[in-house]
Amino acid sequence: MKTFLIFLLFLNTFLFSQSSSVCFDCHNDKELTLSRNSNDISLFVDESKYHSSVHADLDCIDCHADFDPENIPHKEGVNIAKVNCSDCHDTEEFAESFHAEKQIQCFDCHSKHQIQTASVIKKNQVDLCITCHKQSSVKTYTQSVHFEKLQEGNESLSCVGCHGGSAHKIAEANVTEEVLHNICGNCHEQTVHNYEKSLHGIALAKGKYLAPNCITCHNQHNILSSKNTKSKTYKMNVPQLCGNCHKDGTDVSEMKNIDQKHILENYSESIHGDGLFKRGLIVTAVCNDCHASHNILPHQDPNSSINRNNIAATCSKCHAQIESVHVKVIEGELWEKEPHKIPACIDCHQPHSVRRVIYDEKYTDNYCMTCHIDENLHMEKNDKRISLFVDYKSFKNSAHQENSCIKCHTNINVANKPVCLNSGPVDCSSCHAQEVNDYVQSYHGKLHAENNDVAPYCTDCHSKHETKLKSDPESMTFRKNIPELCANCHREGEKAAERYTGDQHHIVESYNESIHGLGLIKSGLTVTAVCVDCHTSHLELPASDTLSAVNPKNIPTTCSKCHYGIYEKFQSSVHSPNVTKTDKKLPTCYDCHKSHSIERVERGDFRQGIIDQCGTCHEEVTRTYFETFHGKVSRLGEVGAAKCYDCHGSHNILPPDNPNSTLSRTNVVETCRNCHPNSNHKFVGYLSHATHHDQDKYPYLFYTFWAMTFLLVGTFTFFGLHTLFWFPRALKEKRRLKKEHEKHN
Amino acid sequence: MISEIISVENSSSSSNKYENKYYQRFAPFLRFTHLLIVISFLSLAVTGMIIKFSDVSVFQTLSDFLGGYQVTGFIHRVGAIITFIYFALHLHFLFRKRRETSAKYLFTGENSMMFNKRDFTEFIATMKWFFGKGPRPDYGRWTYWEKFDYFAVFWGVAVIGFSGLILWFPEIFTYIGIPGWFINIATIIHSDEALLAVGFIFTVHFFNTHFRPDKFPIDITIFTGSMPVEELKYDRPRQYKALMESGELDDRLVPPPSPFLVKIAKIFGFTALFIGLSIIIMIIYSMIFLYK
Repeated sequence: MKTFLIFLLFLNTFLFSQSSSVCFDCHNDKELTLSRNSNDISLFVDESKYHSSVHADLDCIDCHADFDPENIPHKEGVNIAKVNCSDCHDTEEFAESFHAEKQIQCFDCHSKHQIQTASVIKKNQVDLCITCHKQSSVKTYTQSVHFEKLQEGNESLSCVGCHGGSAHKIAEANVTEEVLHNICGNCHEQTVHNYEKSLHGIALAKGKYLAPNCITCHNQHNILSSKNTKSKTYKMNVPQLCGNCHKDGTDVSEMKNIDQKHILENYSESIHGDGLFKRGLIVTAVCNDCHASHNILPHQDPNSSINRNNIAATCSKCHAQIESVHVKVIEGELWEKEPHKIPACIDCHQPHSVRRVIYDEKYTDNYCMTCHIDENLHMEKNDKRISLFVDYKSFKNSAHQENSCIKCHTNINVANKPVCLNSGPVDCSSCHAQEVNDYVQSYHGKLHAENNDVAPYCTDCHSKHETKLKSDPESMTFRKNIPELCANCHREGEKAAERYTGDQHHIVESYNESIHGLGLIKSGLTVTAVCVDCHTSHLELPASDTLSAVNPKNIPTTCSKCHYGIYEKFQSSVHSPNVTKTDKKLPTCYDCHKSHSIERVERGDFRQGIIDQCGTCHEEVTRTYFETFHGKVSRLGEVGAAKCYDCHGSHNILPPDNPNSTLSRTNVVETCRNCHPNSNHKFVGYLSHATHHDQDKYPYLFYTFWAMTFLLVGTFTFFGLHTLFWFPRALKEKRRLKKEHEKHN
Repeated sequence: MISEIISVENSSSSSNKYENKYYQRFAPFLRFTHLLIVISFLSLAVTGMIIKFSDVSVFQTLSDFLGGYQVTGFIHRVGAIITFIYFALHLHFLFRKRRETSAKYLFTGENSMMFNKRDFTEFIATMKWFFGKGPRPDYGRWTYWEKFDYFAVFWGVAVIGFSGLILWFPEIFTYIGIPGWFINIATIIHSDEALLAVGFIFTVHFFNTHFRPDKFPIDITIFTGSMPVEELKYDRPRQYKALMESGELDDRLVPPPSPFLVKIAKIFGFTALFIGLSIIIMIIYSMIFLYK
């Protein structure tokens, strides 16, 4: 068996190498040359290498067709036919490639007689390419991050990965930007997408020659990771990279209208640049930390990382604890949520020249006061003379005493003379964001936004420079002074009362006589409710507004701020929307207690008024209430007689069939006992809403009433007629007697 | 007053020995009883109607004028106590009468308040007289309308008094077993019976006794106790005749009431009439225009 196998192997070798061996007889000779055009062309074919090539199984004549083997040279005076690979190989793709165009032959890459397998070629392809592409720039590919990745097995990062995608489809290297982006985008899809939308990308698309493309920053072949210290995009090198175009004197800086000047110089001196260049901190911010790497957008663009609205988010990438540093300035979250309400980082920390805060150093209070100390200093606006005098002494006694002028008057402009020219009113939201936010939503704020003259602004309640804390008894916003403050506009005849069209009148007078007002004025209680406790300090809205604290829906919550115990009871009562689901209007606190003229419930006016109040909805029972003793006596002004809530409960009111109701079977005797100490279970059978007009509901009363009526009508009819008949007869009788008497005389 | 005409007429016949003589119709006790009735009834009527017509502004004003419900309620209860007192006194009077005389005296005959057959015939005769079909009947000591007045008060005091007690002490009455809704029944009875009583007294009684042309404007006999014999002779011929025949009249003659008493009686009487008429006007006004 073994012998047979050896034989077969031998036979096989002998048979197939038969003709080739003939060729190698000559061509294995290294000295074999052909002289053409005075050039010696080697005709040597290394037989051993040929036999190790993928074509080893083929005969020479399989490729070298159409020649005369007997004669030497094989075809005198005529070149033998070129080997045509396309006889066996599909070379259509290659034929269209850039290599084909440049007359590159298959064997230029694959060699003639030492053709290797594809995997071997792939392995060595970089060397293979460099054999021809000897430029150093191409060679640096071997230092690139792409090459590193290729070594790790990522084949798409080989030469052909970018240049055509396949070895036989090599494309022209001098490609258009679009193709370049497609090439990079194959792997860096999102990055390229971002770039295309960027300032650079758009400029490039417009064909602006100054516009950078991928290669400008990342190189052609020597593409390095940004972590590589040699990379142009390494953090340390970014200012240099960007500065190539954006430093002074470049085409970009001169031809483009960029607001910021001396960018690179300023940056170098800024705290960021200082950190980078002098302290070698790679955690400092460089250009792309703020401007983004690829998605670079002008600051006017709302999506720009340096847009006014986004700058806080951008800065806080590094300055995460920004709120705690700016604790006096702002409530943290507003930096990002409502950046338009507050100064952006760059308002104080100038871009590129970021160093410390601009104020304090140059614009001191003394600087401001050189002008504003003048009592006659004023400006004209809409023909109105507005004094610009600042009583610095009283300012220094104000709640803002710790602040410098410029902290509020931020809108100064160094280009103006004086710097504060047209700086406009102070935006209090810089520090009091929540309050101003509320104010803007409030009716006051809305009117102010409409430029309505009557609308109060921050300073109308808080004053300008003399602002006092609300805990200061001298402050206009001290609790005791608030009713008077609001009354300035809301008193009858004043501007707010004049334009008000609702049903609340004499608000101030009513409040002053109310339990809340009396608490404040008479008892001197600062814990009593003042205007702002119900209406809120800054978010005043008409009651019709569903956001208003005094909207019927919200009023229980508002009152519960003080009257929580009542609120708890009310929430589980039949009048609470939690309990009764209805389309009809449910009563809320101020329906019974009135809004401004709120009274002590012990007072007669309240006790009498409550019946009408309940009666607005409970018409039938109120009508019948007035037909019974309690109602009749109440109508005569008897305060003590049982009113609705004496029996039904007030805030804990529940339907009588509810076991917890004051009128439930178990509780009713006790409830009546409040007034009738000897109340008993038969006594409570008294029908306190009975009517004798309802035959079905109260038949006994109905028939008693009609029996009595019958008796009355009968009696009066009988004696009425009796009298009616009597009168003329008696009159006649009297006349007759008189006549007789006169005759007699 | 008719007596003036009659007395003058009689004075012309000089033979009349009863000229300017007065017959005592009401004993002091009865006059006292009526005084209590007038005082209590007026106060009860005023204070009661205030509640009944509590939704009418004139009554509300009246309530305020009197000092509010607490005051009127107190007055009402005082009036109730006076009523119970005179009711008790009267019952006592009846029992004493029965003891001193007899049941026959009390329940039958000319002096009895009980209705009898003659009242019916007298009513028919009165109707005939009203329509000019017959002469004025010879009325006796108590006419049928006076008897009705008497029983109206008797019945009224019993019914209104009892229902009033229920309303005054509802806890006690329900404690002893009266159902709660009976308080409502008692209210209706009390209220409507009172309206009947007030309406009847201030119209029918006032007319029958004071405002009928032969008595107009007032008959103060109930206060002074006595009436001129001439008037008795004209007004109650049958009684006069009986008194003459029995010779009892001479025993019952009294001197004319002193001018002072007459003055007091008139002031009191007119005041009562004024109050009563005012109430009835307010009630009629309320019932016609406002009461539901």
